[in-house]
Amino acid sequence: MNIHIKNGRLIDPKNNIDAQQDVFIAERRIAAIGKAPQGFVAEQVIDAGGLVVMPGLVDVAARLREPGYEYKATLESEMTAAVAGGVTSLSCPPDTDPPLDEPGLVEMLKHRARSLNQCRVFPAGALTYGLKGAELTEMIELAEAGCKAFSQADAPLTDTRVLMRAMQYAATFGYRVWLRPQDSFLARDGVAHDGEVAARLGLPAIPVVAETIALATMLQLARETGAILHICRISSAAGVEMVRAAKQQGLAVTCDVSMNHVHLTETDIGYFDANCHLVPPLRSQRDREALRAGLLDGTIDAVCSDHSPVDDDAKQLPFAEAEAGATGLELLLPLVLKWAEQEKAPLLDALSRVTINPAQLLGQKVGHLSVGAHADICIFDPKASWKVEPAALKSQGKNTPFNGYEMQGRVRYTLLDGQVVYQR
Amino acid sequence: MKNPQLNKNGELQHLLTTEGLPVKIVRDILDRAATFLDADGREIKKVPLLHGKSVFNVFFENSTRTRTTFEIAAKRLSADVVNLNIGSSSTSKGETLLDTVGNLCAMHADMFVVRHAQSGAAHFIARHVAPDVHVINAGDGRHAHPTQALLDMYTIRHYKKEFHNLRVAIVGDVLHSRVARSQIHALTTLGVPEVRVIAPKTLLPAMVENLGVQVYHDMAQGLKDVDVVMMLRLQNERMTGALLPSAQEYFKYYGLTQERLALAKQDAIVMHPGPMNRGVEIDSSVADGAHSVILPQVTFGIAVRMAVMSMLAGAKA
Repeated sequence: MNIHIKNGRLIDPKNNIDAQQDVFIAERRIAAIGKAPQGFVAEQVIDAGGLVVMPGLVDVAARLREPGYEYKATLESEMTAAVAGGVTSLSCPPDTDPPLDEPGLVEMLKHRARSLNQCRVFPAGALTYGLKGAELTEMIELAEAGCKAFSQADAPLTDTRVLMRAMQYAATFGYRVWLRPQDSFLARDGVAHDGEVAARLGLPAIPVVAETIALATMLQLARETGAILHICRISSAAGVEMVRAAKQQGLAVTCDVSMNHVHLTETDIGYFDANCHLVPPLRSQRDREALRAGLLDGTIDAVCSDHSPVDDDAKQLPFAEAEAGATGLELLLPLVLKWAEQEKAPLLDALSRVTINPAQLLGQKVGHLSVGAHADICIFDPKASWKVEPAALKSQGKNTPFNGYEMQGRVRYTLLDGQVVYQR
Repeated sequence: MKNPQLNKNGELQHLLTTEGLPVKIVRDILDRAATFLDADGREIKKVPLLHGKSVFNVFFENSTRTRTTFEIAAKRLSADVVNLNIGSSSTSKGETLLDTVGNLCAMHADMFVVRHAQSGAAHFIARHVAPDVHVINAGDGRHAHPTQALLDMYTIRHYKKEFHNLRVAIVGDVLHSRVARSQIHALTTLGVPEVRVIAPKTLLPAMVENLGVQVYHDMAQGLKDVDVVMMLRLQNERMTGALLPSAQEYFKYYGLTQERLALAKQDAIVMHPGPMNRGVEIDSSVADGAHSVILPQVTFGIAVRMAVMSMLAGAKA
């Protein structure tokens, strides 16, 4: 179907466009920007007056909970949430049950996702069998099945020799290795940042060195093995500084942060709010400021939702026993807009953190609106303000630390592959 | 943020922690406790303040001693008392904490006295009880044990009269201690100008000084000229987590002996929340000595718990 999106403010970070430009879609792809191609006849016209037209968001960490945790969420529920949040491409971590360590599982997931036709799914495969940190998965087979990166999710990989060999093997074939830095001994039993709040509330704590020690190991092994290393969910000022230094030294390392950590700190735990039980833990204000600055200066390449829907029963427990995680797909865009406004970052720059940058982390040709690209588009109203009400979220996970927050910026249309898949 | 233990009139609805407790409420509790004791601080009279009310002692973590003191306090107030040792049995049967709380509410309790191994459990339960039910935290994980801290404050006031001129040292495993956290908040609320903690670094939480205390690692320095020494119990399992090498070495450097106590003020008092590990954190000669107020603490504890219970459920009857 030929679609003409008119009168919108087009923001496409990859092509450095922030201007009022019409977008023309034909045969599921971007046919032209600005001026209609010759002979173009629109079958649908979307008036985007007062709205922003941008590439569909790319989220490098969104748990869909399939297979195995369908009582927490399903592909149907979470893909609906994704497009309601303007997300058209996402990567899901391999921590399903069973973990994504077999090509068959990955193919099934891809097939299920394709049939729903809402959002592109690029799974991250398990780096080790069962995420147990002992034996390598068949990475070539998994890559052929559709895995775009290899990850341990939040499972520990304590054996550094296994880690080194996994990185060597991945490097052999140019596969991306995504790791969240956390020393599992130092983090054992911990549920909150080792700081003022954990001291006050008597919560078992995770010190910053749990992150920096693991990070140092990963950076050293990346230098040694030549693996394409991506650091997931960095949480501390010291961690940001290490990544910055490594990048300055020329190491091809990349890094992401969750939107939760861009906006929240340990003090948001308040009186044991289990919605703030997150992995990694929310850290101090100083850490949050460093994460925001790192995101601004490009040390941190992308911001993700770290979407982790949790069922109510698993959250309705005392803080430490409550399952970690929060829903996030529908909040990613407004929280990036909030960060941009607070930091006075130009939208063109800010939106690269959820479009072209994460697309490059995945090595996929998404996240931009060049002529010929997939017509994956998010159209949002930058002036629309709304209040986060968990019951109104599409995600099956209703737990969010942003419950009751005022947000600005709301998705009006989401297009996947040249088709409107969401509209409000 | 709304203080979850006060109602909208600023009165005590639950007692969950001493943190953020208005000083007036703390003083009211201590004053009311005094009315239950005779001039010597001994006799505890039976009063009908909670007549017709039912108090449920809900212990998810076993503690005969604390449960008993709450039971005595409730009975002296003429309440009906139900003891429930839930331990881990009901969770192993698959019942969630929320279900347990719902069931107990359906039994028409007026007050829950709860102990649980998880920090924040009392706050969690208070959030989920019916609006007319009161919750008293009898210890949640490492977080808080407010009635213990209040009885400690009562004890200090009994012997020292004032708070504003005191130097207090808390000795031992602050990291794992709900008692220590509640003591620190209570002492600072009552205006104690100098609160010290004395422990090796492995037994102190990060940024403990932000709670308003001065940190000492050396007993001789930390005890110098203090008015009150508050000892903490050392759990045996601290030796297995690589936190301490041995009970012997701990006693050698952090045990309270007569020689060390001599560094404190001449009229210093020695307190302990019990149960004591003689020869681990405290020497018998100190525990049974002239400075020890450890047994009076227990008696005061009943009066203080009576004060808290009657303040929560008695007045609004």
